[in-house]
This record gives sequence, structure tokens and C-alpha cells, in this order.
Amino acid sequence: MSEPPISRGFRSRRQEQTPKNRLPPGQYVTTDFPVLSAGPTPQITVENWTFTLQLGGAILGTWNWAEFETLPQTTIKTDIHCVTKWSKLDTAWQGVTFDDLLKAVGLSEPPAPYIMAHCDGGYTTNVPPADLVGGQGMIATRYEGLPILPMHGGPARLLVPHLYFWKSAKWVRRLRFMEKDERGFWESLGYHNYGDPWKEQRYDGD
Amino acid sequence: MTAIDSTASPARRLEWQQAEVREIVTETFRVKSLLLRVASWPGHFPGQHVDIRLTAEDGYQAQRSYSIASPPEDELLALTVERVENGEVSPYLVGELRIGDRFELRGPIGGYFVWTVPTGGPLCLIAGGSGMAPLMAMLRHRDRQKAHIPGSVLYSSRSLEDVIYRNELDAMAQCDSNLRVIYTLTRKQPEEWLGPRRRIDKALLAEVCYPPDKNPKIFVCGPTSLVEEVARMLVELGHEPQTIKTERFGPTGA
Repeated sequence: MSEPPISRGFRSRRQEQTPKNRLPPGQYVTTDFPVLSAGPTPQITVENWTFTLQLGGAILGTWNWAEFETLPQTTIKTDIHCVTKWSKLDTAWQGVTFDDLLKAVGLSEPPAPYIMAHCDGGYTTNVPPADLVGGQGMIATRYEGLPILPMHGGPARLLVPHLYFWKSAKWVRRLRFMEKDERGFWESLGYHNYGDPWKEQRYDGD
Repeated sequence: MTAIDSTASPARRLEWQQAEVREIVTETFRVKSLLLRVASWPGHFPGQHVDIRLTAEDGYQAQRSYSIASPPEDELLALTVERVENGEVSPYLVGELRIGDRFELRGPIGGYFVWTVPTGGPLCLIAGGSGMAPLMAMLRHRDRQKAHIPGSVLYSSRSLEDVIYRNELDAMAQCDSNLRVIYTLTRKQPEEWLGPRRRIDKALLAEVCYPPDKNPKIFVCGPTSLVEEVARMLVELGHEPQTIKTERFGPTGA
């Protein structure tokens, strides 16, 4: 479309300039931690929690909480970007990287080109494993050194910080490898299939 | 949450377009509704939202999301905006925007937190503060369709002066025995106030919301803490989590 209309009297109220290379287009920095969830927060105790890697009908590996806690722990310090426009800088997450999960089930690389993450409450999101390998993604169990609060996805959430944060699925319980891509929950409701914040891929067709 | 609504938006590019302010309604001290003309608005479902983008004189741009408060039947698109202290966009929209001004908008967005008459009822709407906006789109749609689907509304505000759309809600409830609207005022009440004066609790929910065996369609929208609490209590009252659709906004303090 043509030049956007100017809103006279409207101006930036940003206190400090965030470096341009930290803030994707259309985002603003918040120091808060907003909660966006489509339904009630599932109340899950670690005693009832398991995590599973699945390929088709086959279970590649499954862990209860105690077993999961013995896997190698990694901390990722990163910025996160929500499709609803807020970004939060320098968040620290601890958990088990996707690489270490693959290693734990004896794989050197992903056994299929697509993944669907399945969560308590029925939420799903699709993520290419190519975006999880090489230290890019993890199953996070700590935020800023503490157990992740249920409303923020605890006990465990997927973390894929270079994609919009709906891909970092809360309450994740299972990663299912797929030969063909399928759309997850928001991806089926008009949101972008991949969700790169730097390309501002918020919605279908962006 | 596994069931995907058949009302989901079809895949298409959401283009930025210009919206012109045609009318501004002062709802409360801190809340205004902006009635917008959008030239090629594709239509929407009650409950959906839009992105808006403001451009300053120096080229600086800011985007925010706002719920649509108008039903698909109305000609103008209504956004209800609450002034957020120290906010960047809402003080401008509530305080400085004038009739005839234009800004960019795209939408509609979101296909889960939606209700239309064919979805049926009973309908249970629970709101805190400006969380009433998307629920108002549902009620107005129900009204314009002259649908007599049973509905109950539980609306929590700090005071009577903070209740948005009060006259319209009262008028809707007055001429429709199938619609019940309950306000709870949590901080300040008129002396003669007969309604509840407390934060939403289980007893209020049990009284206002239809029991689980009536299979109500439940929508909860408001500040994060209210929505977290209400959704948790509804599950404890026996409602299936998948029947409770939520939208949260504002700070979490965590």
C-alpha cells in the first residue's frame, strides 16, 4: 500500500534504545512476562510427568522426571519474541538440549524432517528438527534458575527462541517425528507455519 | 483444545489497510471505543482481534493487538481501548486520536477464541475489566441475530464507574429472559448495591455458569491473574478444560 498515515502527536516512549539487532520488526521490549494460553493452565505434578520421543508408532525413548533430570543440563541465555508483539531480552533457561535427547536414544541426527510437539491440554505445534539441532532448541525445566511456573509452561516447555514463542510449546510431553509436515494448533488457525520473527512471519502468507 | 473450530479463518495474506476513525465513544474514565471505517474489511468472527500500526512523524512505528468489540453485522469496526499508564500506544489512542484520523490495521486474527450463533450454547462469558471487549462482540452478534441462546455473563470491575458497556448490557438483559448479566464490584460499590462485591470465586462461578452437564461454551477474558484463577476454578467445578477458552492480558508480576 501507499505511505502509511502519520499519527500526529504519536511518538516513541521508549526509555532506552534497544540495539536494532536485538529487536525484530514490530516488536517492543517488556520487562514483564505476559501469559498467552488458549485454555486453562494444566496442573501437572512432576510425579505424573513423562517425556517421550516418538517416530511413527515407535517410542524412541521415554523418561520420567527423575530420569529426565539425570540427562546433561545446558543453560541458554536468549531473547524471546511473542507474536503478540512483546519481546523479552536476556532470559535464562536450563534444560536438556535436543541434541542431547537424540544422543540419549542413540541417534546422531533426527530420524525424520518434521516434528510435532504434543502438550498437556491438547496444544500442538510443528517445528522442523533442523531448527532444534546444534544447540538451538531444548526441553527447558528451569527459568532463571527456578522451576518454570505452570502458567509459563512448567514443569517443562519446548524452547526454540529464534522462532516466535508460540513454537516454544508450554507443558510439552512428547515430540513426534513426522515424514510429512503437519500444522499444529495456531498454525491451523491462521498463524504462520514457520514463524521467523526477523522476517515478521506472524500470519499465513507473511 | 484439540478440536479445531470449523470457523477458522481461511489461509490468505493479511494486508495492512487504512482505518479511519468515524466515532469515539467514551466508555469510562480510562476506556474509549474507537469506531472505524475499514474500506475492504473481509468480515470477522466475534472474539477475533486486529493488529494496529501507528507511524510517528519521525517514521517510528509501533504495533499492538486489540480485540474487536463490534459484531460482524455492524458497519463500523469497534476497538475498545483501555489507557495503560506509561503505555506507548494506548494513551495516544485514548487521549489524542480524533475523528477523521487514520492509522493502519490488519486482521482479523485468531480463530479459537470465537463464538457464533451456529456454535450454540449455553454461552457463559466471564470478564475482568476491558476483557469484556471480545465478549461484547459475541453478545452483540447474539443480539443482532435475535438468537435466544441462553447466555450468562459474569463481569468483574473495580467499581460501577469502571463497568464498560453497562447501559447496553443492561438493555440486552432487560428485554431477553434468556440472558443474565451479573456484575461484581471488587473495590468500591454504591451504597445501595445489591450485587456481589468480591473477586470472582467458586461460589459465584457455580451460581452464574451453567453446570458441566449442560455443556456450556465458556469464554474467559481479562487480566492474567483473573483468567488463571477463573479457569482453574472452572476445572475444579468439573468443566472439561477443552470447553474453557481463554485470553489473558497485562502484567503477570512473575
